[in-house]
Amino acid sequence: MNTLKYVVKRILLSVVILFFVALIIYTLMRCLPTSYIENVARAKATQPGSKSFEEWMVQLEAAYGMDKGIIAGFFQWLGQAIQGEFGDSWQYTMPVIQKFQETIGISFYMSAISMFFEWLIAIPLGIIAARKQYSKTDYTISVIAIACMSLPTFFLIALLKLVFCMNLGWFDLIGVISRDYAQMTPWQQFLDRVNHMVLPIVTLVLISIGSLMRYVRTNMLEVLNADYIRTARAKGLSEHKVIYKHAFRNTLIPLVTFLGGSLPGLFGGALFTETMYSIQGIGYASYYAMTAGDIPFSMFYMTFSAVLALLGNLLADILYAVVDPRVRVS
Amino acid sequence: MAEDKNIRDAEQEKVSGEQYSLNDDRRVKVLSPGAMVIKRFLRNRTAVVGMIVLIFMFIFSFLGGWLTPYGESELFYRYDTQQKEFASAIENVELRYKGAEGQDFGNMVQAKMLLAINTHQDTFEWDGTTYTLSEDGDGLYSAALPDGTKVGMAFRPIFNIVEQGAEVGFETQYEALKAFLNKQSSFSAGGKNYNVDSDGNVTLDGKDFGFISTYNIQPLMGDVFLTREFKDQVVEEINAGNTEFVFTDVDQVEHEYALKYDPQTTKWTITQATMTRVYDTYSAPSSEHWLGTDKYGMDVLTRLMFGGRVSLMIGFIVEIIATVIALILGGISGYFGGWVDNLIMRIVDIFYCIPSMPIIIILGAAMDNAGVKPGVRMVYLMLILGVLGWPGLARMIRGQILSLREQEFMTATEATGLSVKRRIFQHLIPNVVPQTIVSVTMGLGGTILTESSLSFLGLGVKFPFASWGNIINDVNNTYVLQNYLFVWIPAGVLLLATVLAFNLVGDGLRDAFDPKMKR
Repeated sequence: MNTLKYVVKRILLSVVILFFVALIIYTLMRCLPTSYIENVARAKATQPGSKSFEEWMVQLEAAYGMDKGIIAGFFQWLGQAIQGEFGDSWQYTMPVIQKFQETIGISFYMSAISMFFEWLIAIPLGIIAARKQYSKTDYTISVIAIACMSLPTFFLIALLKLVFCMNLGWFDLIGVISRDYAQMTPWQQFLDRVNHMVLPIVTLVLISIGSLMRYVRTNMLEVLNADYIRTARAKGLSEHKVIYKHAFRNTLIPLVTFLGGSLPGLFGGALFTETMYSIQGIGYASYYAMTAGDIPFSMFYMTFSAVLALLGNLLADILYAVVDPRVRVS
Repeated sequence: MAEDKNIRDAEQEKVSGEQYSLNDDRRVKVLSPGAMVIKRFLRNRTAVVGMIVLIFMFIFSFLGGWLTPYGESELFYRYDTQQKEFASAIENVELRYKGAEGQDFGNMVQAKMLLAINTHQDTFEWDGTTYTLSEDGDGLYSAALPDGTKVGMAFRPIFNIVEQGAEVGFETQYEALKAFLNKQSSFSAGGKNYNVDSDGNVTLDGKDFGFISTYNIQPLMGDVFLTREFKDQVVEEINAGNTEFVFTDVDQVEHEYALKYDPQTTKWTITQATMTRVYDTYSAPSSEHWLGTDKYGMDVLTRLMFGGRVSLMIGFIVEIIATVIALILGGISGYFGGWVDNLIMRIVDIFYCIPSMPIIIILGAAMDNAGVKPGVRMVYLMLILGVLGWPGLARMIRGQILSLREQEFMTATEATGLSVKRRIFQHLIPNVVPQTIVSVTMGLGGTILTESSLSFLGLGVKFPFASWGNIINDVNNTYVLQNYLFVWIPAGVLLLATVLAFNLVGDGLRDAFDPKMKR
């Protein structure tokens, strides 16, 4: 009961935060020169026998619903957004939701697969580093983890492309399918898609694995220094048992929290990876919408990101309470 | 002597220092907390490596930019040889016609004459006049009126005059060709005696007058005069089947030419290699440009130095802005608690929740649209990154102060009646400095990464200013990605090394500040 009350309170607080975040974003977007409408008006005004730029601006702003004041406009947007109606994207000339549904799939699959590999690799390495603290292995793993965290995504992608696409010729530079995709058998088509996903997933794994590796190591170290581990060793348990039965299980608590916190992030898309590999996911779509000044799509994407972030925090806290019976919410 | 004695005493004291009694304080080496931190930090090898890298980066960026002989956006040029069409040569296989001065030798007469040549007739008629056709040599025909006056000729070999702009009359040309084709050594025309040799050189009074050749070589530009030697050489090269040759003109200047044959027009095009001043783009590393030049023709090494300066400066200013905001808000929130704390923490929550990368991209695109100048843009960029970057640090500081507030020394400050300002800034803030330093060091790496990412997308630091991100931006051109590694690899390596170093140093500092650390 107590937990439920806590969760409800957290959700209500999140809604309030979300309201203000949306208000700030909306105000910001409205205060900026709305490049998209201006560009359209300018293009239309240059046509022969057309109205002047100012007249077009007035007409287009009315057409796009930008003629209202910021506050009035925000509440109109909010009223529709609550009903799941985010308007039409200017850049893609289709309903925002439809564009979102088209692009979210591939982003999600990419993130999910890379997250799987990330966990698969990071946990063993983190544990090894913690077990052999201050050894050469530990230093190597720690430095690699920090190096992965410090990697500029775009530089990593350029390097991967240079080595694997240009020099070795294993993968295509961009895209998700080959040119002769239509002529392939279903099995070949599947392999082709897998082939095109390799580099993006490697990129995603490399840039996100560092923090997880360090997280695992830190938590494992904390557990290994705990009294009950000393007790377990004093009892004469085998090292294997101490590590995997006593220590690792306790490390799982923060790990599950971490996992819960990163689940909503699966839907966020990867801006650099998607744009540089030309993968039409949500990151790709939002990047081009944002640079074009497409207010409905940008508003949707940013609100969506904010929701994901809030959801991540909430999930992490709830899971922490669920997994660790010692935690009592107050 | 007295001095020597002093030194000896001092030495003796040093030696005997090893034998202090057990309870002597001097046996224990006492270090100040600061010295302890430094000692622990220096023991961390990776952090020291990071520190060395950072020192190198600072020297490279700030001193290097000052030492380099080139400017940040100094353009370099080079002279490039470009093949420009110069002249054309055609082997004359068709008959050409020339009429005598004052005679009617129109197109119809020429056509009739050609017909007669092809059908091997001696005469032909046109307009009631009968012309006598005579073959005066291989490829030279002349037509004459019944009274013997020559009206014109048809010829394949061409007489060229040596002297620039001079005109040669019909008679001279006809006689010259006739003499050449019939292997005569001299002829006279217009009362002058000319000599002609077997190569077709025609001389008048021992001076070059003209020459005969089956090639017609014409300059492409009207104001160019092709010398005899040049034309001779072209013919030679054509016959030898060469596609390139070097011609030395009268001023002993060598020019490179290329010959290209077009089978459709049966024409040789002679192109001349001319030097043109172009931007020195993508030139390979050399002693002049150690890392080559980039797409604008600027020195890559110099750009890297200035880029480092920009990246580091932006990083520091952004972190200073964020830290000041975080210290003030976090300090107030943690110290006062209650509704102030609640309010500030909700603001932190809101800012924490704003997706920063999209916001920065949108602002960057808007600045593009508004045509903000690159210098002003950099200032805005720092402000935006700073204003978006404080919530995490503020939350940490607040937490720290919240727990410090309850400790005895704070009760003591209250009991001694210190002012609130003094309590916060002299007693609480110094206690959060270690964590703040660690967080700022780590944050610096992150900020540099964000800035370079934006610059890479073309939304951050813009040309003419250099930034490591916008130097790497060139890899969007696949050709550069594969072929001009010297342009983008160094920038990427420097960027990675700097961010890595900040993270390593931050890590080392955190361990060093942590009194619980055993090693």
